[in-house]
Amino acid sequence: MSTVSTAATTSALQSVEGNHACALAAIAAGCRFYAGYPITPSSEVAEKMSVELPKVGGTFIQMEDEIASMGAVLGASMGGVKALTATSGPGFSLKQENLGYASMAEIPCVIVNVMRGGPSTGLPTRPSQGDVMQARWGSHGDHPVIVLTPASVDEIYTETVRAFNLSELLRVPVVLLYDEVIGHLVETIELREPADLELFERRWTRAPPEEYVPFAAADDGVPEMARPGDGYRTHITGLTHGENGFPTQNPEQVDRVMRRLLGKLDRNQSLVEHFEALTCEDADIIIVAYGITSRAARRAVKLGREQGIGVGLFRPITLWPFPQQAFVEIVDSAGKILVPELNAGQLCLEIERLCSPSSKVSRMNRIDGLAITPNEILERVKALESND
Amino acid sequence: MTETSMHAFEIRDYLRKELMPHFMCPGCGHGIALRALLWALYELDIDKNNLAIVSGIGCSGRVGAYIDANTMHVNHGRPLAYATGLKLARPDLEVIVITGDGDCLAIGGNHLIHACRRNLNLTCIMLNNEIYGMTGGQVSPTTTVDRFTTTTPFGNHEPGFDSCKLAAAAGAGLVGREITLQVPALKNLIKEGITHPGFAFLEVISDCTEIYGRKNELGESPEMMLSQKASTRSDVYGNSVDQPFRPNAFETGVLTRNDRPEYADAYKQHMGRIMAASN
Ligand SMILES: Cc1ncc(C[n+]2csc(CCOP(=O)(O)OP(=O)(O)O)c2C)c(N)n1
Ligand code: SF4
Ligand SMILES: [Mg+2]
Repeated sequence: MSTVSTAATTSALQSVEGNHACALAAIAAGCRFYAGYPITPSSEVAEKMSVELPKVGGTFIQMEDEIASMGAVLGASMGGVKALTATSGPGFSLKQENLGYASMAEIPCVIVNVMRGGPSTGLPTRPSQGDVMQARWGSHGDHPVIVLTPASVDEIYTETVRAFNLSELLRVPVVLLYDEVIGHLVETIELREPADLELFERRWTRAPPEEYVPFAAADDGVPEMARPGDGYRTHITGLTHGENGFPTQNPEQVDRVMRRLLGKLDRNQSLVEHFEALTCEDADIIIVAYGITSRAARRAVKLGREQGIGVGLFRPITLWPFPQQAFVEIVDSAGKILVPELNAGQLCLEIERLCSPSSKVSRMNRIDGLAITPNEILERVKALESND
Repeated sequence: MTETSMHAFEIRDYLRKELMPHFMCPGCGHGIALRALLWALYELDIDKNNLAIVSGIGCSGRVGAYIDANTMHVNHGRPLAYATGLKLARPDLEVIVITGDGDCLAIGGNHLIHACRRNLNLTCIMLNNEIYGMTGGQVSPTTTVDRFTTTTPFGNHEPGFDSCKLAAAAGAGLVGREITLQVPALKNLIKEGITHPGFAFLEVISDCTEIYGRKNELGESPEMMLSQKASTRSDVYGNSVDQPFRPNAFETGVLTRNDRPEYADAYKQHMGRIMAASN
């Protein structure tokens, strides 16, 4: 794992909107290619990239649709350039086909999905958390994908950088999943210089071309890449391929490549996993919340604690793969778990699956296009506390 | 002349020999097109290390893997989208797209017209066999009217595209068509496409002997290829073969040249001017 050298530079405090923070972080992380198709509430990412990329010698292109955008992003990435695309709801559905290619052919890329109400055209200007399951399972077949859920403008910035790092290091598509409110929220954040960021670069092979096996992986399950033009002349395909990169249907080889692909994120759990636990140690009730809803939950925890209620917050920042071990260790023992979400109940399925039979999981869902308030959560917490 | 072009064209120099035997049926036109492409690469002395072949899904798309270059076999209909990103990120690479009539005109039709409109320096070689070969012979956007396919059991009733007119109307920098019977002419057309500094759309009249040919009783590969020739010469149309494979005569060679700014150049210059002015 190679880190870009650091030199002392200044960082600046600035008020920026969430979507702009994403674009600025991408550029700071070394992204030099953006392809996208306009859609509310994500378009500001594209607009910012169209201004900023030319300044650093990068390329911005608005493609004919989201399928093409995702294809162009993967083409650029196969050429060795860090690439980003951003979309929302219907556009996220269209990205899924090529997202699956990125999983299968192990092409690094970052996809932003600013969630709006669905299904279909739904509620274009309203927040939602309805794409939690699509972000994990939107493309066909078993496939690896990382999903990050920032909850503030500053966290959009830091998680965008982390998205690029994880994607480049692990050769896996990374989805940055946040909602309309955070995308359009303006907060004061620290804009870091690239030199102040820890940046991980793609691992390019140094093996001589005749010895290089494109999809043979070291212990961490991640094969080194070869850049076109460097003399390796490899084959990349979305067909199931052997270690030499060419299609295979040999059951043994197919099994091996699939298990490596699907095991890659587990093997690198410490890099991938990211969560926050707030006053969970002595809590009788733990709220599991992410993104915009976690902000209301945080406030509810503060208010609840002030009123003497033993309540905590567990916030997965890496949503997929879900921080399973941390959940079991930190949350399950509380006994009562509340899962507020802006959907009809998606992450709660994972929580219900993971918790022990003695735990009681309560759902709390809003699907009317409005966010859940701290008081609503606090009321539910109180109700849970009193019905022992 | 450089060292490579001193000796005669040797197809094996450009093939991944370890992948032989290839998957194509005997007589399939796609193999002839591959040969013509490799011959063109040889004559242009293209460095295999700097050559990227982006292909879609289909028998046409599978052809790319046999080329000893940087080969990218992407999703059905999407090679032009991937190639656009690749070429913009890596203008130093020679990027050639291999696609089929279904890949390019049906599922990929939107990408095709926008690639033509942008005029990025790519070469798109569409192998038109009038059928979905890989999936077993379903109707395609170029299937001749009345022909039988597995999804037109009563004969095709849909009109097809003239893909060259489509590409020219959408603004492609260079548009051409050639038949697989004329390998030297096809090789020359591909050379024109590669050297043209803009988007080149080349339609190769190919034959799916095994499925389309059999189903429509068009004869073996030689008969099908002779009918290609009949279709390119309206004066002999009607008497050179009993049942012309393609009832409509069509033109071959370079059909359109559109002298328009190349996309990446234009972007770079435009941004250069703006950045210079704001400094
Ligand atoms: C999204 C998607 N839809 C459908 C298919 C199935 N499919 C594979 S190849 C093909 C048609 C290929 O036809 P063409 O592009 O003409 O290539 P040919 O095999 O004739 O050379 C289809 C429909 C697919 N792979 N992906
Ligand atoms: S099915 Fe048709 S197109 Fe495919 S290889 Fe055979 S002859 Fe060629
Ligand atoms: Mg075809």
